[in-house]
Amino acid sequence: MLDLALNVAFAAFGLAFLLAAFRLLRGPSAPDRILALDTLYVDAVALALLLAVQQDSAAYFEVALLIALIGFVSTVALARFVARGDVTG
Amino acid sequence: MRAAIEVLISLLLVAGGFFGLVGAIGLVRLPDFLMRLHAPTKATTLGVGGALLAALLYFVGSGRWIVHELLIAAFLFIGAPVSALMLAQAAIRARLPSRAPLAEAGEDEERPG
Repeated sequence: MLDLALNVAFAAFGLAFLLAAFRLLRGPSAPDRILALDTLYVDAVALALLLAVQQDSAAYFEVALLIALIGFVSTVALARFVARGDVTG
Repeated sequence: MRAAIEVLISLLLVAGGFFGLVGAIGLVRLPDFLMRLHAPTKATTLGVGGALLAALLYFVGSGRWIVHELLIAAFLFIGAPVSALMLAQAAIRARLPSRAPLAEAGEDEERPG
């Protein structure tokens, strides 16, 4: 039962990942692409968590933590760059 | 007891996958940016929260307590509203077109520019 649920969740988050990649390629504006990148990293965190359960290995939590950290910082930096023209000011 | 925890983990996984998929479909299908902003920031955050809770239950059920889970949850649930606010500011600054009726009622001089 757990294996079936894991496969369903893998399929759902994998499809979500592909749909976000479609929006990333399609555009049409810069905030759309940043939003698609934001969704991509959240889906990647979810896939890493699912891999941790499937492989029964806690090492994937470090992967998920690093993706969450870097994804959050990069989304904020890109959005500030589009909104104001610079990142630190 | 173990079987009950497995049923709970399975339900959380399926619900998490469902909400993650709903968020991505909204990201692709909704007509303008300010509407598209809603789908991933709410539905996808809930979906990844379900996956996070399922993984936490799985590892607690097998006797290993993982502190990383709490850090991941903190970054995801603090990060989602902050990045949504930043993206909304970027969209207002870029004057992206909106189909929402309230945005048509107020004229352009009310927007910060």
